[in-house]
Amino acid sequence: MSNAPVNNGRRRFLTAATSVVGGVGVVGLAVPFIGSWNPSARAKAAGAPVEVNVSKIEPGQLIRAEWRGKPVYVIRRTEEILSTLSAHDSQLKDPGSEEPQQPTYATNAYRSIKPEYMVALGVCTHLGCAPTHHKGDFEEFVEGVKDGFFCPCHGSKFDMAGRVFQSVPAPTNLVVPEHSFPSEDTLLIGVSEGEA
Amino acid sequence: MIANIMAWIDKRLPVTDAINKHAAQYPAPKNFNFWYVFGILASVVLVNQLLTGIWLTMSYEPSNEGAFASVEYIMRDVDYGWLLRYMHSTGASAFFVVVYMHMFRGMMYGSYQKPRELLWIFGMLIFLVLMAEAFMGYLLPWGNMSYWGAQVIISLFGAIPIIGDDLTLWIRGDYVISGATLNRFFALHVIAMPLVLVVLVFLHILALHEVGSNNPEGTDIKKPKGSVPLEEQSKFTFHEQYTKKYDIVDAIPFHPYYTVKDLVAVVIFLIIFCWVMFFNPEGGGYFMEAPNFEPANGLKTPEHIAPVWYFGPFYTILRVIPDKLLGAIGMFSAIIALFLLPWFDRGTVKSMKFRCTAHTVNLMQFVVCFIALGILGTLPSTPMNNLIGTIATFGYFGFFVALWLYSKDEKTKPVPERVSG
Repeated sequence: MSNAPVNNGRRRFLTAATSVVGGVGVVGLAVPFIGSWNPSARAKAAGAPVEVNVSKIEPGQLIRAEWRGKPVYVIRRTEEILSTLSAHDSQLKDPGSEEPQQPTYATNAYRSIKPEYMVALGVCTHLGCAPTHHKGDFEEFVEGVKDGFFCPCHGSKFDMAGRVFQSVPAPTNLVVPEHSFPSEDTLLIGVSEGEA
Repeated sequence: MIANIMAWIDKRLPVTDAINKHAAQYPAPKNFNFWYVFGILASVVLVNQLLTGIWLTMSYEPSNEGAFASVEYIMRDVDYGWLLRYMHSTGASAFFVVVYMHMFRGMMYGSYQKPRELLWIFGMLIFLVLMAEAFMGYLLPWGNMSYWGAQVIISLFGAIPIIGDDLTLWIRGDYVISGATLNRFFALHVIAMPLVLVVLVFLHILALHEVGSNNPEGTDIKKPKGSVPLEEQSKFTFHEQYTKKYDIVDAIPFHPYYTVKDLVAVVIFLIIFCWVMFFNPEGGGYFMEAPNFEPANGLKTPEHIAPVWYFGPFYTILRVIPDKLLGAIGMFSAIIALFLLPWFDRGTVKSMKFRCTAHTVNLMQFVVCFIALGILGTLPSTPMNNLIGTIATFGYFGFFVALWLYSKDEKTKPVPERVSG
């Protein structure tokens, strides 16, 4: 063997070439395995927009709609709630909704299209639990604030515009999904105005 | 006749040699104590989990519609189904009990120190895979706590900047935890993870037998070849793999001496195991949680989400840190710190018996903090609990920092050359 004519340069080249081609093959082979974990066509189809009739919601009441399997809270806020929203701005992490947790058309003081109707995902931005609505008895969590949301999992607190209070685990305000009002009484969750 | 068959096989596969090398002629220190039974107990539980797990898959249906009902079916209609399921669920908790004890043993006697770093790493990998296995298995009954527990843990990956949301979508395979998630978790739980686990256990044992077992005094039972007079060497026959390089002292063959001792431990363990399984299979709500007796419901979060007890310590670290990303980093760091234990400890004396008082105190405060974190993990989040949790979190990480500091120029007691007593 020791006297066998060996061209080390050629041998190295062949080893490298084989490894590269093999590596490309491995990457290519990984594509279907990783890709198959994406949401299937059926799961995507089930994520279609959801329609809600808002005329039947009593003032102050919260109803839950289901969109993409997640709870969507639709709240008809009273004048009283709307007028006290700005009173606790100093206790919030992001009072001006600067984080992109809502579509641009809901980036306002009320975080909604119509001030009266709040639409938000009932999914805590910490680890995805559903915050509970406390109507009138929220003062046990935040002094001076009558209504709000409290997440039972890790104690995150949100106000009636879904804005998160300071010193809780949730990092951002509740997500306002894309939504629109095709007519006075109908709310369409999952589509913005003017999109199909 | 039998001898002839063995001879025939040995010529083709070194069976007798392997048995000798790893059992009948494997030199184990003669001073093992109570704490050395948990490795064997972990293997016993592993076999229990594999066996009952295979049997459970025969009646279980991994689907959104059928999963919860099929578990009820196993519990009520399948002959001995309840027993197989309780063996599996009690086994899961028992697994963590023995593994935590096993790890603590390693910490007390410095079994992670040079030259056993890789052995420790394999052990930690087993622990990590075990946690993944337990987490995925907990989703399968498709109860409401299964659902929301998975929701919380998968959301952790959403804390990763930029790719977080897409990553959680990819893990779930849907916009929420759904049948798609359940199915893939089932596949990973029954095939992928067990395969990895078995390979890791094999490597763990192989690495152990390469470097040899540590002991409560941390003394080396392998002396340089030719340094020990024959009459002081161990009187037993050991495999030449060990004797050709070393003079073996204070050792006995693993089989039959420790197999018999371990058998006693196994019997006592099984008595306790059976008591839990037959009389208290839900473990007072800690092994099986009440909300899990109602089906998964994506619109209704249980009042109080608590992980199963064995995740408690890490879960508390996650939630006392008031920031999503930092909380997740804190939780994973708690596990990574354990991985790096052999390098945090700069000392050369292994057993706590001969180390400085600070080490004993540090180790004890670590245990107290770990248990406190575990208890808090099952309790609701209140300001008081969070305060205690924060202190315990500092204690947990403080252990590693303090160890790194005092182990550099540690004042130790002299370590005996030979095993005493």
